Amino acid sequence: MTTSARSNENSSSSSTAKNSPGNARQVLDESDIARSLTRIAHEIVERAKGAEDVVLLGIPTRGILLARRLHARLAQITGREIPFGTLDITMYRDDLRLKPARALEHTEIPPGGLDGKLVVLVDDVLFSGRTVRAALDALGDLGRPRAVQLAVLVDRGHRELPIRADYVGKNLPTSLREAVKVKLVEEDGLDAVLIGDRDDSTSSSDANGSAR
Amino acid sequence: MKRHLVSTADLTLDDALLILDTAEEMAQVSTRAVKKLPTLRGRTVVNLFFEDSTRTRTSFEVAEKRLSADVINFSAKGSSVSKGETLKDTALTLQAMGADAVVIRHGASGAPQRLAESDWLHGSVVNAGDGTHEHPTQALLDAFTMRRHLNPGLGRDLNGRRITIVGDVLHSRVARSNVHLLHTLGAEVTLVAPPTLVPYGVESWPCAVSYDLDAVLPKSDAVMMLRVQRERMNAAFFPTQREYSLRYGLDAKRAAALPEHAIVMHPGPMVRGMEIASEIADSARSTIVEQVTNGVSIRMAVLYLLLGGSEPALSPARPAESRTTEEHSK
Amino acid sequence: MTSYLIKNARILGGEPQDLRLKDGVIAEIGTYLADDGATVIDAEGLIALPGLVDLHTHLREPGREDAETVLTGTRAAAKGGFTAVHAMANTFPVADTAGVVEQVWRLGKESGYCDVQPVGAVTIGLEGKQLAELGTMADSAAAVRVFSDDGKCVDDAVIMRRALEYVKAFGGVIAQHAQEPRLTEGAQMNEGTVSGELGLRGWPAVAEESIIARDVLLAAHVGSRLHVCHVSTAGSVEIIRWAKSKGWDVTAEVTPHHLLLTDELVRSYDPVYKVNPPLRTEADVLALREALADGTIDAVATDHAPHPSEDKDCEWAAAAMGMVGLETALSVVQQTMVETGLMGWADVADRMSRRPAAIGGLTGQGRPVSVDEPANLVLVDPAYRGAVNPDSFATRSRNTPYRGRDLPGRVVATFLRGRATVLDGELV
Repeated sequence: MTTSARSNENSSSSSTAKNSPGNARQVLDESDIARSLTRIAHEIVERAKGAEDVVLLGIPTRGILLARRLHARLAQITGREIPFGTLDITMYRDDLRLKPARALEHTEIPPGGLDGKLVVLVDDVLFSGRTVRAALDALGDLGRPRAVQLAVLVDRGHRELPIRADYVGKNLPTSLREAVKVKLVEEDGLDAVLIGDRDDSTSSSDANGSAR
Repeated sequence: MKRHLVSTADLTLDDALLILDTAEEMAQVSTRAVKKLPTLRGRTVVNLFFEDSTRTRTSFEVAEKRLSADVINFSAKGSSVSKGETLKDTALTLQAMGADAVVIRHGASGAPQRLAESDWLHGSVVNAGDGTHEHPTQALLDAFTMRRHLNPGLGRDLNGRRITIVGDVLHSRVARSNVHLLHTLGAEVTLVAPPTLVPYGVESWPCAVSYDLDAVLPKSDAVMMLRVQRERMNAAFFPTQREYSLRYGLDAKRAAALPEHAIVMHPGPMVRGMEIASEIADSARSTIVEQVTNGVSIRMAVLYLLLGGSEPALSPARPAESRTTEEHSK
Repeated sequence: MTSYLIKNARILGGEPQDLRLKDGVIAEIGTYLADDGATVIDAEGLIALPGLVDLHTHLREPGREDAETVLTGTRAAAKGGFTAVHAMANTFPVADTAGVVEQVWRLGKESGYCDVQPVGAVTIGLEGKQLAELGTMADSAAAVRVFSDDGKCVDDAVIMRRALEYVKAFGGVIAQHAQEPRLTEGAQMNEGTVSGELGLRGWPAVAEESIIARDVLLAAHVGSRLHVCHVSTAGSVEIIRWAKSKGWDVTAEVTPHHLLLTDELVRSYDPVYKVNPPLRTEADVLALREALADGTIDAVATDHAPHPSEDKDCEWAAAAMGMVGLETALSVVQQTMVETGLMGWADVADRMSRRPAAIGGLTGQGRPVSVDEPANLVLVDPAYRGAVNPDSFATRSRNTPYRGRDLPGRVVATFLRGRATVLDGELV
């Protein structure tokens, strides 16, 4: 089964907002992103001692795309196919009741399961930490990994929960008034990370941002 | 989506696909070690059953519990309903108990709509079968089952698939809900029944009608057999059980006329030997058990989409190209 | 007794004239009449009609005083412009003896709001098995002339034949509720496209038409009078038209709701639209209007059927059948017959007063609006427009299908033998 082709209104990142945030400036370009991912892939292999038992789980939407890229790099580095899956956290969110019911994204756990594995969660932006909290809750219902690690392309700070990333592409100190947008070629036609003013407080364009 | 699920006629194509797609995700939950989601924690769902229906009530109850809702079973037998309390008083009672949703099964057509449109109750109303009117979640689980076999994939509909519904259409809430929903999903529906069991005014329904099962079977991608109660015989709807089975029952000889890929469905409970032969009900092309499993996923999806947020889900307006209605593969 | 001088009323919609009501009769009609100490009523713009006569009213007393009493029902009748109503026999106990009809008749006298003419049951207990004591009821103080098992059909052809014959002895008439019982077992609404979609058991037109066809033939065969209650289908109209063309003594009534409402309303599953006979289709409605206009149907009869709220606050199948109608009848007729150009006000007087009084054998009702006639009058404001508000009803029940609906016309005043029962739209 493949992931749904349709665009999803509740997607946490910028898929629905093709326009850049107000006064956007680019902080990472295509080659920066590529370098970051390559570095993270190496770090995973290094810290996981060959990545023998690693399972990559991407959090929709852009986390999946990043996880897929990491998956390709890990294959190059290790010469093996690292198990790869997706994890939708919608039904574990703590802000479900704040908005109309949301359409679900696809969850696909790779055939070997998660028990005893080192699960690396992959997301685009780490902000409040609430998405990751929901992902950890979801993981608890899916199996019992040996350990869980977190890889993000951007850590923009402002945590609201005691959560940190194990692999960070770029630390980006931001103001709460700012919006961080990750654009990936598969969804957006280009690779870039942008910072701009938040256009409005309810916008979902701030990756993992305002709502969480 | 509307706030209530009373009739499949209220579902747009986008609503229907959203429910089917959501149910695909819910189906995964049922395969996990922990078959539970925290999603409806703190929500109260009342199963208000004025008619005995262990199958449907259990299916809803499993769905509600898998979503962590608080479940209250309110059946006519153990309450004041059987003592002549009006529907209004029952509704006011449930409202006072803080019901976020009421799943209602009632012998009278229209009772769920009456609850939904009254101001007696503020929660969502889910029709679990009303009289001879509708049974929307059954139709949704049927469509879900058909899609898995005939056009699998998220976002897909049933465009051009030929669905044949056979039996007591007149008294069937399943048939009514299926006709609306399958039409919305683009399927071509044919009802097959003796003329006495075809509803008056069926010409206005979005489907074809035939009295000849043998003529329709070779052109069917799915055939759904409806239960025929033996009591109908006494009201002269058909002469004998034997004659009904001979003309409208699905036995091995008839089933052989179906295309190879076609599936055989039954909403249950079956009358084996009446409308369907045991060897067909138990055959590889029968989806009867699968339908029961899918029922839980569909009911989880409906409850989630109605109750999971501050208000029911907004069906996304889909870009036309993402409606992946591929050519009929057969 | 107060005498009234009604100024500038348009009698049957004609030119404005003054009417003097005195000593229970219309004493004088003319222009610029002097008041002579009479109470003057300015009727500028109002239509004067003879007091309306209803052939078909359920007053519920005795037995269901929670739904209506003779007093509340006659108050509602007066507000609707009626000066006489026929009280149907399906009470508890059934009005199948002289005792019950006399009780209802006496309660009507005491109420004082309009004349109450009891209808007697055709068969004992409305069971269709054995004739009730029709002659005794005819000879009682209530002087019953109309007999009906309304609510149930006299479906046995022999019983119907005998009843038709028997009442000839005292000038009676059988008012048949035409409903073939086997074809309507468990029936919930008109059988048609809507019933099929809603999954409600159908009530086929043929169940009404087959009984009417049989009954007109029976009436012709034995040379009796037949009255057909609440005709609801185009097919019934055709049969009655044919029977009348033969010169047979057949009359018929139609309810206001069958002139306006259709089975599409049942899609709401709101039992306020549940009624017997059921609401039919648009084609039926149009045929009924035409038949009323051309006289095939003789009378408008309300079939006022009050029910307490608990009998309607439930699922469709469990709900009682019937609608209140006394206080909205004239407005519905104005909307469906007058404002459509099908009838004038003189026709309204004919179908709602003269003919029903004649069918019911009421001598002091349904008379022309002329000098020396009983002062049974209603003044209507045809220009009024407003939404129906059941809270203002005088009937004890609220099961109206018109709640919130804009209907034209308003009864401003009603006079029963020169005494005002309604003035300025309010009960006196």
